[in-house]
Amino acid sequence: MKYLSALTATVFAIAIWQTIVSLTGLPKFILPGPALVAETWWQNRWLIAEHTWITGIEVVIGLACGTVLGVLTALQLASSRVARVLVQPMLVFTQALPVFALAPLLTLWLGYGLWSKVAMAVLIIYFPITSSFFDGLMRTPPGYLDLARTMQASPRAILWHIRIPAALPSLASGMRLAAVYAPIGAVIGEWVGSSQGLGYLMLLANGRAKTDLMFAAMLTLGVFSIVLHMIIRRATARMAGEMR
Amino acid sequence: MIPAPDLTINGTATIDGVTLFAPLTLTLAAGQWTCLLGGSGVGKTTVLRLIAGLETGAAFAGEITASDARPVTERVSYMAQDDLLLPWATVAQNITLGARLRGEKPDLGRRDRLIERMRLQDHIAKKPSELSGGQRQRVALARTLMEDRPIVLLDEPFSALDARTRADMQDLAAEALQGRTVLLVTHDPGEAARLGQSIMVMTQHGLMSCQSPHASAPRRVDDLETLETQGALLRLLRDEAA
Repeated sequence: MKYLSALTATVFAIAIWQTIVSLTGLPKFILPGPALVAETWWQNRWLIAEHTWITGIEVVIGLACGTVLGVLTALQLASSRVARVLVQPMLVFTQALPVFALAPLLTLWLGYGLWSKVAMAVLIIYFPITSSFFDGLMRTPPGYLDLARTMQASPRAILWHIRIPAALPSLASGMRLAAVYAPIGAVIGEWVGSSQGLGYLMLLANGRAKTDLMFAAMLTLGVFSIVLHMIIRRATARMAGEMR
Repeated sequence: MIPAPDLTINGTATIDGVTLFAPLTLTLAAGQWTCLLGGSGVGKTTVLRLIAGLETGAAFAGEITASDARPVTERVSYMAQDDLLLPWATVAQNITLGARLRGEKPDLGRRDRLIERMRLQDHIAKKPSELSGGQRQRVALARTLMEDRPIVLLDEPFSALDARTRADMQDLAAEALQGRTVLLVTHDPGEAARLGQSIMVMTQHGLMSCQSPHASAPRRVDDLETLETQGALLRLLRDEAA
């Protein structure tokens, strides 16, 4: 049923797209139709696959690093009042900075290669991971904490045996958000400076008025993000279900 | 188990300068069930939480002492209306939670005896969400007993259960907690009448000691004197509220 409705929605979207193309009669370098994009995608499938692979590596490394960093930060914030006073405002401030503005700086510092894109992905997911896990850690049902105190549990034991497991569903929702954001981060990084990746391919195709290839790359990125989101969703299902 | 002490709480509590309860003295007799009965908001749960050493949101001026002059809070175990079972842990893991939190090795033999005593053999590996309300409270009781503390604080632990399960749990708890100093906070006059070896009614005007029935607790649900006591307690609660 879920797949059927997804398929219906896809067909519907393509129909609207085709209708617009037919009604307006726009030239194909402005708005290519679905059939042309599909054909271009097939002709360039190896090229697109190669660039998707690059972006994929950036995203996966970024996700892993961002999650680890976010989890560690949240744990630190949750267990230390001093850390909350010092670090929390900084965290919000960094989130207020437009990531686009930081991209050139990261390229300057980390070069044109993989790591500046990984850093972009990390930057963009760090906040959602940290804040969702931190919220979860601070919202432990008070009854559990009362019980643990009457059992003479140390703060460390309470954190490990009660607060962390109780916060896993929050972390899971943060990770699901991150799965959607991380590809955006990597692509922004590629736009600012790179010679590989889907972001690079989009920019290149756009510059040469190969709008059909640009569409093919963009749709590939979309599908990639959806698949990633589904994988992370599946992987965190147990975490999210723990509180039921 | 260490012999259970008498326990006395003596003092007054205020919230933001407003009196929650006026100066009172409540003594829990060693090895006996004391039922603290009262309506909502009179501070009976606060009394229990003070003894447990938990956050109450109220400022307490006074003292809580045990007859053997040893510290109180590390000798209590606590059971609330919400069973407080960790949803991600199995029944067996929930029962041994205290040991895990203290970094001790749980006494598995004792755990298994309690599982048997609470008739939970078929549920050891289940998660709390797979259990009924009564089963969950039996796990909570097993967890409480696992702690093996001389002082047991019960904060309306049976009030969310249906009538039959509640009566079963009252019997089970009365039997299992024998010999410990028990404080049962409840708003159910019937429960106080069945279980209390000493029954105290807490109202805005302070504490009142009430005559408990002569039969030994847990009293039969249809014991005449118990039913009369239940009626008298309810009348008292209503008169106080009026």
